[in-house]
Amino acid sequence: MDITELKIKAAQIRMDLMTIIHRAKTGHTGGSLSNTDILTALYYEIMKVDPAQPKLADRDRFVASKGHSVESLWCILADKGFFPKEELETYSQFGTRLIGHPNNKVPGIEMNTGALGHGLPISVGMALAAKRDGRPYRVFCLMGDGEQAEGSNWEAAMAGAHYKLDNLTGIIDRNRLQISGSTEEVMGLEPLEDKWAAFGWNVVSIDGNDMEALVNVFREAPAAPGKPTLVMANTVKGKGVSFAENVPAWHHHVPSDEQLALAHSELTAYIGQLQQEGMVAEQ
Amino acid sequence: MNTIPNRQVICETLLELAKDDRDIMVLASDSRGSAAMAPFANTYPEQFVEVGIAEQNIVGMSAGLAHSGKKPFVTSPACFLSMRSIEQVKVDVAYSHTNVKLIGISGGVSYGALGMSHHSVQDIAVARAIPGLAIVLPADRHETKKMTEALVNYEGGVYVRIGRNAVEDVYDSADYHFEIGKAVTLKQGSDLTIIATGETVRVALDAAELLAGEGVSCRVLNMHTIKPLDEAAIIAAARETGRIITVEEHSIYGGLGAAVAEVVTQNAPVPMKIIGIPDEPAIAGKTSEVFSHYGITGDNLKAVALELTKK
Ligand SMILES: Cc1ncc(C[n+]2csc(CCOP(=O)(O)OP(=O)(O)O)c2C)c(N)n1
Repeated sequence: MDITELKIKAAQIRMDLMTIIHRAKTGHTGGSLSNTDILTALYYEIMKVDPAQPKLADRDRFVASKGHSVESLWCILADKGFFPKEELETYSQFGTRLIGHPNNKVPGIEMNTGALGHGLPISVGMALAAKRDGRPYRVFCLMGDGEQAEGSNWEAAMAGAHYKLDNLTGIIDRNRLQISGSTEEVMGLEPLEDKWAAFGWNVVSIDGNDMEALVNVFREAPAAPGKPTLVMANTVKGKGVSFAENVPAWHHHVPSDEQLALAHSELTAYIGQLQQEGMVAEQ
Repeated sequence: MNTIPNRQVICETLLELAKDDRDIMVLASDSRGSAAMAPFANTYPEQFVEVGIAEQNIVGMSAGLAHSGKKPFVTSPACFLSMRSIEQVKVDVAYSHTNVKLIGISGGVSYGALGMSHHSVQDIAVARAIPGLAIVLPADRHETKKMTEALVNYEGGVYVRIGRNAVEDVYDSADYHFEIGKAVTLKQGSDLTIIATGETVRVALDAAELLAGEGVSCRVLNMHTIKPLDEAAIIAAARETGRIITVEEHSIYGGLGAAVAEVVTQNAPVPMKIIGIPDEPAIAGKTSEVFSHYGITGDNLKAVALELTKK
């Protein structure tokens, strides 16, 4: 897809995720909106995955370590055809498999996550297996910034560098908020990029809501031979929905009927604008 | 219908007690909101510590604080506090005899559709295996208040599990005798005993009422402390009523039912039924939906009791 198409796709996913959270009256709105661009770039442009063969040996792997932000992922997997789109209506309902965290009973989900600080160690294992077996697949792991306080991430960071896993890309959704407020007030992380670099990772810092920057940074593999890459994706929590942007309470706030309508009209207007620009660009 | 969740009661009680006790401390792991501890953090910032999303560190730090004379209350989701931090609980709290109170919030299946990573239905089993660690599950807001007061004066490590939502009252007021390690007989009875803990005590009382309608006399024991376990109350129930049902918001492995069965089989063997969450990731849904799916309801307990008491 070209960049404009990807941006339109991300806006549609944002509308879908607001809809399922509104219907279920539960969900992690802010963190799902902040990482929608990252997931859109990965699933529609970068990763080799096939909804018809979700277990293909050489598929690229995605691990959602910040598993609470599962809504964007459910909407993308449904849109790509990993399961029927109607099933999104069961999100968080009694007996559903589309629970509030990734669940690998659902095609397209590699691992069950939700307890923070598990994703990177798992991803290091997957990337190490690829190396040992001489397989070409890549592993992408999305972490939260608040999640960086879990020590297990740093144990895995050490191992990733030790085993020279240049097939591994860690991504931090650096939206600077967690549940209790700013990450720097709850448990300061800065200088976060220097810490990852000191652990032996190739660190690249980008605007994590800039589709072009995302596609460019993910395209290069391995970005630094012999080193895992850490993409510091500087994002806005609640991105794309004006009233949710940068508001800590939207971590797990649920939109009212009016807020859902407003979010949809904002995103629809944005899509219209992108389509206009796309047509101009084609002429 | 009560609307005050037990986590809020703990905060309010600690706020009261902290006025006169500057050693009481509350720690949170990006969980002050879910633990309802924001008022404490705002009122006594010097007695509050935020550790970020780091459940191993929160227990280790608390052990250090306790070692230095503080009375730390760790408030963190039960699922992570009971499992993620268990080695720190074993070594830094229990083995080292530090005075740390571990308050597991949103326990059982109260996180609903967030799934197994967030459910805490193995915590009793895990905590029971640790020597020297007390385990308490309060039944309602009144008992939660009593328990919190008792915890401040209890020397040693305690694991407490509470749910997320407000629960119906079991007691009329906090005006009754609460003692860690002492079961409460909520209803006398002679045909069988239902032993419950935490939020399932309400379900046991519902069943007892239904059974009374069928002419069955059911004793109800509130086993708020799983460890040290009130063995005398269990043995008396077995001898005097001849049949026992246990009910809990926990795996059928290693929890209240298992603890009671250990006492019953070794002292006064009688028929028993253990009601809880089977050995599977609990189905997604609200607490009430999950409870009725697994028969943690007054109606089902009544049916099990009638089966058990059939001559
Ligand atoms: C081990 C563990 N501890 C606590 C939680 C509860 N929790 C869920 S989301 C969250 C905040 C996450 O913040 P961050 O990593 O910054 O993610 P984002 O802001 O992108 O949503 C917390 C504490 C958890 N899921 N796992």
